[in-house]
Amino acid sequence: MFGYVIRRLLAAIPIALGVSIVCFSLVYLAPGDPIQTLLPPDADAETVDRLKRLYGLDRPLPVQYLEWLYRVSTGDFGKSIASGRPVAGEIYRSLGNTVLLAGLSVLVAFSIAFIMGTIAGRQSGTWIDRLVTGVAVLGVSIPNYWLGIVLVIIFSVELMALPSSGMASDKFDPTSWEHLQYLVLPVFTLSMIPVGIIARTTRSAVSEVMNQEFIVTLRANGLPEWRVLKHAIKNALPPVLAVMGLQFGTLMGGSILVETVFAWPGSGYLLSKAILTRDVPVLQGTILVLSMIFVLTNLTVDLFQSTLDPRIRRG
Amino acid sequence: MSTAVSDAARPGAPTGATELALPKQRGYWGNVGYRLRYDPVTLCFGGLLLLIILAAIFSPWLAPFDPYQESIIRRLKPPGFQGRYWLGTDELGRDMLSRLLYGGRITLTMGIVPVFIATLIGGGLGVVAGFAGGVVNMIIMRVTDVFYAFPSVLLAVAISGAMGGGAGNGMIALTLVFIPPLCRVAETATSQVRNLDFVDAARATGAPLRLVLWHHVLGNVLGPVLIYASSLVSVGIILASGLSFLGLGVKPPEPDWGLMLNALRQAIYVSPLVCAMPGIAILLTSISMNMVSDGLRSAMDVRS
Amino acid sequence: MAMTSFAVEEHDERDRGGPQQPLLTVTDLKKHFAIRGGILGRVTAQVRAVDGVSFVVRKGETLGIVGESGCGKSTVARLLMRLIVPDAGEQIFDGEAVGERGGISVAEMRRQVQMVFQDSASSLNPRMPVQNSIAFGPIAFGTPRAEAIGMARELLVKVGLNPALFGGRYPHELSGGQKQRINIARALALKPRMIILDEAVSALDKSVEAQVLNLLQALKRDLNLTYIFISHDLGVVRWISDRVLVMYLGEVVEIGPADELYNAPKHPYTSALLASRPALDPDNRREEAPVSGDPPNPINPPSGCRFHTRCPHVEAVCSAKAPMLGHGDHGAHLAACHMQDPTSGHSQAVRH
Repeated sequence: MFGYVIRRLLAAIPIALGVSIVCFSLVYLAPGDPIQTLLPPDADAETVDRLKRLYGLDRPLPVQYLEWLYRVSTGDFGKSIASGRPVAGEIYRSLGNTVLLAGLSVLVAFSIAFIMGTIAGRQSGTWIDRLVTGVAVLGVSIPNYWLGIVLVIIFSVELMALPSSGMASDKFDPTSWEHLQYLVLPVFTLSMIPVGIIARTTRSAVSEVMNQEFIVTLRANGLPEWRVLKHAIKNALPPVLAVMGLQFGTLMGGSILVETVFAWPGSGYLLSKAILTRDVPVLQGTILVLSMIFVLTNLTVDLFQSTLDPRIRRG
Repeated sequence: MSTAVSDAARPGAPTGATELALPKQRGYWGNVGYRLRYDPVTLCFGGLLLLIILAAIFSPWLAPFDPYQESIIRRLKPPGFQGRYWLGTDELGRDMLSRLLYGGRITLTMGIVPVFIATLIGGGLGVVAGFAGGVVNMIIMRVTDVFYAFPSVLLAVAISGAMGGGAGNGMIALTLVFIPPLCRVAETATSQVRNLDFVDAARATGAPLRLVLWHHVLGNVLGPVLIYASSLVSVGIILASGLSFLGLGVKPPEPDWGLMLNALRQAIYVSPLVCAMPGIAILLTSISMNMVSDGLRSAMDVRS
Repeated sequence: MAMTSFAVEEHDERDRGGPQQPLLTVTDLKKHFAIRGGILGRVTAQVRAVDGVSFVVRKGETLGIVGESGCGKSTVARLLMRLIVPDAGEQIFDGEAVGERGGISVAEMRRQVQMVFQDSASSLNPRMPVQNSIAFGPIAFGTPRAEAIGMARELLVKVGLNPALFGGRYPHELSGGQKQRINIARALALKPRMIILDEAVSALDKSVEAQVLNLLQALKRDLNLTYIFISHDLGVVRWISDRVLVMYLGEVVEIGPADELYNAPKHPYTSALLASRPALDPDNRREEAPVSGDPPNPINPPSGCRFHTRCPHVEAVCSAKAPMLGHGDHGAHLAACHMQDPTSGHSQAVRH
């Protein structure tokens, strides 16, 4: 077990380094001199020169990368072009909101989808199963930025029941409906894709377990149906939880569209604004942080899964 | 069966059987087509998809109006306006139906072309990695792992955002997003096939490697790769529209569905129904694509 | 349709050394597989799948190879075809070293040696009509497509399948026995001189197995073939083989003419194997297990004689020193056992 953990941790290091290389090269993907992307467009030649030397842009690329990596690992992501403030602070302020949004969405998705998937998997082949499968396909086919707009039209414009965008205040208070109501529409919108994916996984896991011989044996022993189902769920749960964990990482990085629709002040919205203002330092920093979170979530899910299922450790 | 041995014992035995007329044999793809004919759901969505694609191709002949023609006096009119604007008009007074028809061209291209290119590149890399094994496999798959370590939306946004947006950059970004998963699917399929005895049997004939690859490996890898690629088209369309929605894809005044959705977002209070339309177009396309892909998957499973 | 005779002509121009020269001579063939483990994936152990195997196959004979599963039989087959690259050893095909300068190329050797695999299902391409699978080899070597398909259909007749019914079918539409007939037809397509049958009938029902064995015998006679017949089934091997080779943990423990070896086995392992066959006569059934326990782990084979951990005649010399197979002419009956060597110091050693 310990050896497996160490092996997985070591395997994650080259991936994390690779991710950082991709993020580092984003600046060089931008058209023109990279220094232009780090400065306001009206910067004078002297400032350009000074910054070039300051950032070491006159040195070979590998050296630049290592220096960048050092700065980033000490928390220095540079300064935002738009606001002039350190990028690290901007990311820090927005990240919590995205964790809140993505975490709630995954929990909501899990509660809906697990019930749906269990019912469908237990009665595979029936109309209920087909209905659930249909909803699951709809969930992954729907463009969630559009769903967000439709929900705003229905609940904010027509019914005037919920706020259409933003957040009550910078300090989030989970006990106040005043604050919570801003989350309802974004959370529901963002949970659509995970609902589809988790429902599918649950359905196939439950129906697979239900067909196994030990379930048949339990039934033959006269166990009441709800206890048979309990056994089935216990066996189907680990893969579903793993998918749920992976979805959290995906939503952290994939919430940009939904956050933009609802102007939810998270890291995705920060990224969206950075794109509009061509604020490359913010873009680079946010993407690095979000993808590192994704790598870490995947790693955690992996290790968590291996404690549940010893078969994974081999191989 | 009992005659078999005696036949073999007489090598000169008349082979009259060969002169018999061949019963009609369906090839592999013939079988797939045959199965699809009995799958009404896939056929329905396939028909819808075909309609959408045909409408996009023939939009210049089908569209009742010029999709770029603006008018201040007929902005944001509801569907059926003047009996001629069937789906109403957008925020600049342009005919929605015409824009949706023309928009299909752009959105479908943005969604399909990256998947196509990524299938060629990613699929090719995956087959090479799966067949070669060893160091080649390690290099290709470790690089793939790195790109896999980004959520797909984030990677698409990162690359096209850094490159400065635009339809071309958007397509490059999406291609890069789709190469790693396709490479993985192709690599898994190839290394599974490679270890089957029929590949060894083909190698044991002494035939050149390229023939073994072409006839015995590729044919068996193509199925899973194509099915996977077809399921990515729907993701491609949603992501491409998403990029345009963020302002990273197609630029105004082009009638891309995602871009239209973004522009019309300002008008939800005035004309909510018109606002929802481009999204419905995206949804219909992506759901048909997903259903067709699922149908193909079960039709292409020969052994069932 | 042009008729091609698959019967080898009286004079095969590929025959170089005449009937006296062995078709295949294998010397000290070795293959060790590395086991990787630990954090950095270092090589932590070697599986000695094939460890110094030598034998000779004469023209026109059938050499049977028997042994428990995991003894390295199938690895030998794949090594001979060069589907896996051997770590060491010399392979001489009709007087020419395989894959060496001045010898015969691997590709040319493969045209003359073909193989039939155990798993009839996975050894046929599921996406290809079976006649195309048979025709693949000839097409790859430049036979026009139509002609190759014609040849394939003739071969189907030869293995007892009606080409009009079976030629265009896909593997999943055939039974196990039919698939194995297809595999044999494919092996014949390149008009080989030798066929390696790796557990070729093991997965078949007994009745089907008998039919396929008869077919193999008939084909061998008609087409002047040489077989290496690998199986764990001692009865089948005795029935089809002229000579038999017994393997244990990657090594040859005994080799000799089939009747001699079955009637008077020299190696305790062979005796044990023979004794473990279920007897048809209930009066002869024995109660105790002839070989106790599972074969030892091939990763760390026992020292000295590898069989000493399970041998009823084990003595000190057995774990101290590895017995040699010895040398003899082609028909010799040899065993790698200290009891066969008068000088070994084993108390039951033969006296001359």
